[in-house]
Formats: sequence, structure tokens, C-alpha cells
Amino acid sequence: MTRAKRKPARPKLAVWKFSSCDGCQLSLLDCEDELLEVAEAVEIAYFLEATRAEVKGPYDISLVEGSISTPHDAERIHKVRRQSRVLITIGACATAGGIQALRNFADVEEFIRAVYAEPKFISTLGRSTPISHHVPVDFELYGCPIDKYQLLEVINAHLNVRKPVIPNHSQCIDCKRAGTVCVMVGQGIACMGPVTQAGCGNLCPSRGRGCYACFGPKETPNTASLAKWFQNELGDDHRTVRDRFRGVSAFSESFRKESEAHD
Amino acid sequence: MPPPDTPVVPSPTPTPALRLDAGRLPHLLAVLTADGRELIGPVVSGGAIVYGPITGADDLPKGLVDDQAPGRYRLVAGESGTYFDHVATANSWKTFLFPPEQKICDIAHADGALTVTAPPVDAPARAFIGVRACDLRAMGILGKVFDNGDFADPAYAARRRNALIVAVNCGRAGGTCFCTSMGTGPKADGGYDLALTEVPAGGDGAPAYFTLVAGSDAGRRILDRLDLNRATAAEVETAAARVAACADSMGREMIADAAEMLGDNLDSPHWQTVAERCLNCANCTMACPTCFCSTVEDVTDLTGDNAERWRKWDSCFTLDHSYMHGGSLRRSGAARYRQWITHKLAHWHDQFGTSGCTGCGRCITWCPVGIDITEEARAVRDRAAGT
Repeated sequence: MTRAKRKPARPKLAVWKFSSCDGCQLSLLDCEDELLEVAEAVEIAYFLEATRAEVKGPYDISLVEGSISTPHDAERIHKVRRQSRVLITIGACATAGGIQALRNFADVEEFIRAVYAEPKFISTLGRSTPISHHVPVDFELYGCPIDKYQLLEVINAHLNVRKPVIPNHSQCIDCKRAGTVCVMVGQGIACMGPVTQAGCGNLCPSRGRGCYACFGPKETPNTASLAKWFQNELGDDHRTVRDRFRGVSAFSESFRKESEAHD
Repeated sequence: MPPPDTPVVPSPTPTPALRLDAGRLPHLLAVLTADGRELIGPVVSGGAIVYGPITGADDLPKGLVDDQAPGRYRLVAGESGTYFDHVATANSWKTFLFPPEQKICDIAHADGALTVTAPPVDAPARAFIGVRACDLRAMGILGKVFDNGDFADPAYAARRRNALIVAVNCGRAGGTCFCTSMGTGPKADGGYDLALTEVPAGGDGAPAYFTLVAGSDAGRRILDRLDLNRATAAEVETAAARVAACADSMGREMIADAAEMLGDNLDSPHWQTVAERCLNCANCTMACPTCFCSTVEDVTDLTGDNAERWRKWDSCFTLDHSYMHGGSLRRSGAARYRQWITHKLAHWHDQFGTSGCTGCGRCITWCPVGIDITEEARAVRDRAAGT
């Protein structure tokens, strides 16, 4: 068995922020016990949330947080891509457009007029879109925020030249493995788990709440069937169903289509 | 022609029935605990009855029963104040015999060499309390998978060997049960060390009791320590009548010719119909007491010098399950549902000499959208027959 050879110099890691709340990049700083190890394994070359010191590109691994929601974002992401050997998007904003993509279902000009005293200073795009709509992406890590262990696993896998162990299966598999009794079957609580990708460690169902789909759509989600169950068996009206699918991953294709079917 | 089915569980002649007053159930459990056994039995958790560690009879869901329907489970107060009138639990004994996540080995890399270390087998002495006939069958089926002579998973075999089985014959049929049509219950016909039948207190003030038989030498040795009287013929009859009434009241059934019929209808248009409802979320396979698929995951530390290999429950409803070079073989929901039901009800016979289904109904209850394996099998048959 041969191992992939590590480059003699530590790989350079960059962390980029676009339209986002910073919570996902904070997950990296939140790796308290593992952070020193990470810093030994990679050179943290550009990470403004952690340090003002910048090491010039190109970068071996770029973690990109946030969506593209301004003309400036749309231009800057190409510069990031050009400087990055591997580009990994982290979080619901970067992978699906984030909560700010709710504007995609409305008129952004109307929002600007309603919210800002001086609308002329606002330069924004009509839609908030995921990074993958603009540049090629090597790996997408879901979550709002991402799970720090999943982030470590993705960095780790890239360093060790192997596939990250990030399953695309349902939240339900993680609930069942953990012995969490299904809140929808057992208590009649609407749960997005059957159409949502696992990754959070079944945070809400294990505390008696339905899944809010923070980790976005799972592989091949059957949203229509779940929506029908919400309506027919749990008494949801169209608006409630629409809002369940219109969360942080509202602009992912499957959730967008399902929510629009209930508009 | 597939080979004929082979016996799943041994059927020893049980000892004559003894009578255990319901109030002395704690005594039976205390004897098992005194032998150093960890007790696993039915407990309330997350709004359902699950199998989990118990310390004594006070932990049992006395007086509670489960109202089960496709995609729906609620706990309600029972009428008879019994310990065991609930039916299939949310989880199954698979959780304890084939744990959801097991570390297979640690792998360390140093000086150009790899060292592989397997963790010690974790197989504590346990007593499984309240095992139903369907679940005994499930253990027999899992035994054919994990400990069949040609292939043996030593950890599974050790855990099964170290578990003493206290079965309970069902006195009530649940809303999704169909064991009678599978020939798997509701009476335990073997594979247990002890078997109980619970008789609730009578309206005339007669106290509640159990009839109790042993099905193994280990069971007989426990009975010898309990100092119990023989049950009277009337008590045995009352207990048997309760189990018979349970069988008679079972409202759901699997069609008789499911195995052959499904094998003949691999191109049924019904697979697409069920796929429109199926969430491919894998709940049915996780809840199933015999679904045994697992995936193997390797994780490394950041240096790449230390790795762990884990085995975790997997499901034929994921794309990864059928992933081969170039992609997944079963991309459509229709293909995945067909794989599951045809394996469970048809091809399992060819592979293991038994059906993979025990009629416990867990896949029906715990499907988030209430898909019913008995109805789907019937629908495939009816569409083939043009009715």
C-alpha cells in the first residue's frame, strides 16, 4: 500500500467571505481542540476573521462562505477561483444562496425602497445565488451553519487525497442510527428530515423538534410526497408547506420547485 | 426452482407451564440481574416504546399500549394494566446484536509499516426481556446472515450467544402487525430461554399472572431458582386463549404468494406508482429487524498516519449502496423500492432459505408517509392480474 506523497511545504488554506453571516467560517475557529493540528497541517494563509496577516496566493484550498448577492461578489468570486487549486463552498449561503435568496421569490427593488432611507447607496443583485452558479466548485459542504467535524473531515480528506466521508443520505438514517424516535411518526411533528441531508448529528429531532432542513436537500429528495403528507395528514395549508421548503436552502432546485408549487 | 426453506429457529419442547404472579415479575428480573446480566427491555423514550437498558420491572411501560397505523404511532393507556400489551417497539433487537455503528479496527502507519488493531469484541452478558415471536424469527434470520457456517461475524455471534432470551407471547395485535400471515407469531415457538404469557387481572378480582415455560437448559435452571407452582390447566388455557384471540384479531396480512409473484413482476408499472410516494429516506430498512446492510467508512487524522475503520448501518435506499464504477445502479426510486421489497420477500428465500420479513409491521408504522409493504405486494399482484 502506497500513500500519496505530501508536498514538503504545508498546503496554503484561504477562507473567503461573500454574502453571509460569518457563522460557517466561525466553525473553523470553533475547532478549538483541533485548531492547532489544522494549523500544523496547513498554512492558514488568508483568513480575515482570524488574522489581518495575509499570505499571497495562489492557494491550495479555498473555503468559500456566502452567496453571490452583489455585483462586487460576482466579480470577486472569479478572482478567488483563479487563485485556488481546490475550491470548497461551505454552508447554505455558498451552496444554495442562503436565507438571503428569499429575495429571489420577490422584487428586490421593492425591498430596497421599503428598508433603506437612501436606496441609491444600495448596489445589489436581483437574486442571491450559490457559488456554483458562477464558478466550478470542487466540493460543496452543506449546513447552516456547517458542522465543524464535517469541515475537518473535508479538509482532512483533501490533505490525505481521499474522498470525504460526507454522506448525501437522509437525516432519518442518522436519527435511526442514533436511536432517536421519529418525531413525525411518533408525535405528529412535521419534519423535513426525510428530504434533508444528514450532517448536523440529528440535532433537532433528538430534542423533540422537527428538522428545519438546515443541511439542504438530500440526494434524490421526494419533496412532493412529503409535502402531500404534511397537508393531508398533519393539516398544513399551502402557505405552511411553502414556508417549510423556503428556508436557508430555499433556492436549491428541489426545494425551490416544491415551494413554488405551493405559492 | 429455489431450494426449500430451512428452519429459522429451533423448536424445543417447552417445559410444563409454571405460574408467576404478576407482582413477582421483579423477582424474575432480579434473578437475571444477579447472574450479572444487563437487562434490556421495553421502556418509554421519545413518545414510543423502545428496547433499552432497564434496571427492573418499574422501568417497564406498565399500563401503556401503542396505537400503530401506517406512518403513525401514539402511546395510549391500555385497558388491562399489563406490562406487555404493547407490540413492536420503535427499534428492534438488531440495535443490540448488530449495533448501528461499530469500529472495526484502528490502522496506524509508522516507519513504512501499517499496524492494524481490532478492538476487543463487545459482547456483554445480557437478558433480552419481552422478545416477541416476530423478533425471535428476526434473530433467527439475522443468524443466517451473520453466523451461518460459511460466514461468521464473531462479534454478532458472541453478542447473540451471551444474550438470554425472555420471550413474551403477544396478547394484543397492533395496527400494523401481520405475523399470523407470515407464520411467525404471535406465539413464540422456539429460540427462547424463557417464554411468558401475560394474563391481566380479571374483573372478578382475580390477580394478574404470567404463565412461564423454559425452552432451554439455561431457562430451566432459572425456573428452578424461582420456586413456582405449576399453572393449572385453566390458567394455561386462559393464557393460550389470549394469544389465540390476538392472532384472530390481526387486521393486516401479507398475500400468500408474495415470493413467486414479485419475482414474476419485476417490470410491474406499480414500482413507479409506489416511487411517487416513497421518500427513499431509508426509515423502513433502519426500523426493519432483519435489514442487515452496512457501509464501511474510513476516517484518518490530519497527519494521515492514523485511521479508523467503522461499520455503519446502511440502506438499499441510498445511491451509495449500489454505487459502482461509473455511478449508481439503482438511480430511480422505483428501482430502489423494488430492490428492497423483492429482496425482503422473494430473493431472501434463495439467499438464506427463509423470507426476510417477520410481519412485525415496523416498516409500515415508521414509514414517514405510511407505505405499507402488505398493500404494495397486493397492488403488484392485482395489477398483474388486471384487477
